[in-house]
Amino acid sequence: MARIGVFVCWCGSNIAGTVDVEKVREEAAKIPGVVSALDYKYMCSDPGQNSLRNIIKEKNLTGIVLAACSPHMHENTFRKAAAKEGLNPYFVEIANIREQVSWVHEDKERATAKAVDLMKMMVEKVKRDRPIEDVRVPLNKKALVIGGGISGIQAALDIANGGVEVLLVEKEPSIGGRMIQLDETFPTLDCSSCIMTPKMVEANQHPNIKLYTYSEVEDISGYIGNFKIKIKKKARSVVEKDCTGCGECWNACPMHKNVKSEFNVNLSERTAIYVPFPQAVPLVPVLDRSVCLHYKKGGKCQKCFDACGPKCIDFSLQDEIIEETVGAIVASTGYDLMDTSMYGEYGYGKYKDVISGLQFERLLSASGPTEGVIKRPSDGKTPQTIVFVQCVGSRDPEKGVPYCSKVCCMYTAKHAKLFAHKVHGSQSYVFYIDIRSTSKGYEEFVRGTMEQDGAIYLRGRVSKIYEDEGKLIVKGADTLSGNQVEIAADMVVLATGVIPKKGSDKLAQMLGISYDKYGFFTESHPKLRPAESSTAGIFLAGMAQGPRDIPESVVSGSAAASKILGLFSKNEYEVEGTIANVNEATCVACFYCQRVCAYNAISKKEIKDRSGKLIKVVANVNPGLCTGCGACVNACFSKSIDVKGFMDDQIYAEIKALAV
Amino acid sequence: MKLAYYPGCSLKGTSFEYEVSLLKILEVLNMEIKEIPDWNCCGASAAHSINHNLSVALPARNLAIAEKDGYESVLAPCAACSNRLKNADYELKNDDILKKKITDSLEMPYNAEMSINNMLEFLIGVVGKDKIKSMVKKPLSGIKVASYYGCLLVRPPKVMQFDDPENPVTMDELVALTGAEPVDYSFKTECCGAINSLSKPDVVMALTGNILYDIKKNGADLVVVACPLCHSNLDVRQREIERKYDEKLGLPVLFITELLGLSFGIDPKDLAIDGHMVAADRVLKKIKELTNQQ
Repeated sequence: MARIGVFVCWCGSNIAGTVDVEKVREEAAKIPGVVSALDYKYMCSDPGQNSLRNIIKEKNLTGIVLAACSPHMHENTFRKAAAKEGLNPYFVEIANIREQVSWVHEDKERATAKAVDLMKMMVEKVKRDRPIEDVRVPLNKKALVIGGGISGIQAALDIANGGVEVLLVEKEPSIGGRMIQLDETFPTLDCSSCIMTPKMVEANQHPNIKLYTYSEVEDISGYIGNFKIKIKKKARSVVEKDCTGCGECWNACPMHKNVKSEFNVNLSERTAIYVPFPQAVPLVPVLDRSVCLHYKKGGKCQKCFDACGPKCIDFSLQDEIIEETVGAIVASTGYDLMDTSMYGEYGYGKYKDVISGLQFERLLSASGPTEGVIKRPSDGKTPQTIVFVQCVGSRDPEKGVPYCSKVCCMYTAKHAKLFAHKVHGSQSYVFYIDIRSTSKGYEEFVRGTMEQDGAIYLRGRVSKIYEDEGKLIVKGADTLSGNQVEIAADMVVLATGVIPKKGSDKLAQMLGISYDKYGFFTESHPKLRPAESSTAGIFLAGMAQGPRDIPESVVSGSAAASKILGLFSKNEYEVEGTIANVNEATCVACFYCQRVCAYNAISKKEIKDRSGKLIKVVANVNPGLCTGCGACVNACFSKSIDVKGFMDDQIYAEIKALAV
Repeated sequence: MKLAYYPGCSLKGTSFEYEVSLLKILEVLNMEIKEIPDWNCCGASAAHSINHNLSVALPARNLAIAEKDGYESVLAPCAACSNRLKNADYELKNDDILKKKITDSLEMPYNAEMSINNMLEFLIGVVGKDKIKSMVKKPLSGIKVASYYGCLLVRPPKVMQFDDPENPVTMDELVALTGAEPVDYSFKTECCGAINSLSKPDVVMALTGNILYDIKKNGADLVVVACPLCHSNLDVRQREIERKYDEKLGLPVLFITELLGLSFGIDPKDLAIDGHMVAADRVLKKIKELTNQQ
């Protein structure tokens, strides 16, 4: 015979203000099987929990119902309290009379009636609860980090320093990501590569980190603790272990024109065999086969091979597939800049001296195409007047994206400042919508650019840029003075918006994580679970989640790492026991369930007799992947699947309780 | 394909050259268009700033008549007309309540499935580049032509769905077909001042002046347009602009249909080229000399 306890929480006046809690308790006491009913001001408080535990003990309860707030809030609290008294935690049910009753209704009488109904339903459900055990999944204590920018490197280093092996996979020939392309960083103006290269070297030399550059993740299957991954290591045509990075090969390469350097954002050329930048990690060149004369002209050219001292160039090397098993993954694929072709009026691509912010970074950088001297691309002259245009693509729902790219206000202020420092007597103008400078030291930095470095800030947008007698004429509005302005500039820098890295949507589909309509990976909870993806075991870091600056990217890398180290601190991962369960006796192996399962949790299982003869094939649920969503239950024709804790008889009993 | 023709007021009045040259080249191309019977004002300039329903109802009536007569496609050579027709069609397509209101007041059904062509869409999409190219009898090689698009052909881009709104090239492609050399310049879609020509002529002269002097600087012999109002500002105001800024322009402004007609070998008189304010004599002479050399 069931012995149920009902506990009605006031939640201060949150519930008691709109629901007659005493009435709910009185009604509870009348239900057959309820041996104890209590109402209390705060059930989640220590005294509340203690009275719950005492009554379980005293009355020898077999199940409890809490008429309280949403199970999202305190289900775990009460399950743990019940478990301490030896009750299976799944014998705790919650009737949500706060979010679903008191907060959304005004009429006390009717709200009370609804609260009573919800409570009655849960009493009928708890009577039919069966004990459920949590599922334990073994963990492979190895992590995969996808993307070797600052957030990925930070995550890899933190995980590796925690004693866990890490695979760091980077698509480009070198790690370093976007940050290594930058010149100096706001608001402290410390040199980006000076603070980045030590991290890159550390990642390369760390005994726990295995670096795969010029490589891509090709396939991922499995689940938390047990992801099977395939990494494609693209053919470098250079034997890494023998290469000394001496540079003889790229100096010998005859292809030194026509191929634009990706690292310098098309502002310079690179050879067919190349390292993207001098501090590349690893300092091993890559042979770009799409432009190499050896491949284009049937093997005639082998100048790099002849020049190479250690003879480590091997034209016959093939792509390699590496298979690994990891327990957790960090997706930190970073960002791209928006294509600005929709702003035809700004003439990007048409006028050589209209460039993007990232291109300006390369012009400022000592390792850049001009060795840090600001020279305009058209004629190599040093510009005296530069117009910076913010929000090109960002905050523009008509042509670009509605969101703010977050970093542009700050890097534009930095650009204007560095321009003033490098070209004395120069003048910069900044067109902006709003200035967003909210982190530590940021506002002061922007002020400094305006007040000490003399940048003229104009609040308004640019309507047109055109060339006239060697000058770029920038027409725009100054909305504060209400005037139209026209500036004759030597160069224009567009602060183009930030978008997710090309191909990150495909990766998200491969990983089975969700992403927003722009392609940014979405967090499991925007506030409380910002490092977790929607899929257990996969964590997020860096700009792949949305626009953020370097410190935030570092923090998110560390957050993902700490989540993984926390996960790996145990030998097994516990999954809630409320997952799908197949009745193998009645399953007819139609596998409709497999087709509707969004988590790839259902596989085919062969049942054999003792002699090994196949008796039947049935559906099998992978507890590591199943989320208990119940889609398969609806799809099953033979009614052979149930989700534990939500069995048919329980649901029917709930409905019946409502009908009576 | 049956094609309805919506001339609008300009083609019957100030821009009669546009209609004359259009009908002439269609005759040469052996193509037929049929004027929508009992057509009314498209509402341009005035209606949409005064009464929204009226600004939709006026063009909708013309489209409804065309639909009733079994047409699926309309040619509206005037940029303002095609803009108003397209806007009305777009609104009716996307707003069933408005559609009911408008068709009720017109006492005519309209399904909003009409394909509306401005002149450039018609020439490129309906006539086709190949056909035009095959008709070019006297290539205009050696003549430099600047195409001026103005605002109405391309904006708003969401509704017009035509060419690149900031850097359109369709008219330049047509110019290239005639053998002439398209001239690139910075003010292809800049505002000419439009209807302010009557109320604020100084503004129009400043804006149109910017356009014309930039065209001149880039070495064009003449300008082509596909909009009567653009034509009127660039052509009629030109002498005044020259006086105001004390710098000679001398840029004949032709409709694209006239330029095509010249390359087809049609007599300039039959294209009504002598109807413009800025005489095209010098350019016509140059064309004659060039074609005689060929």
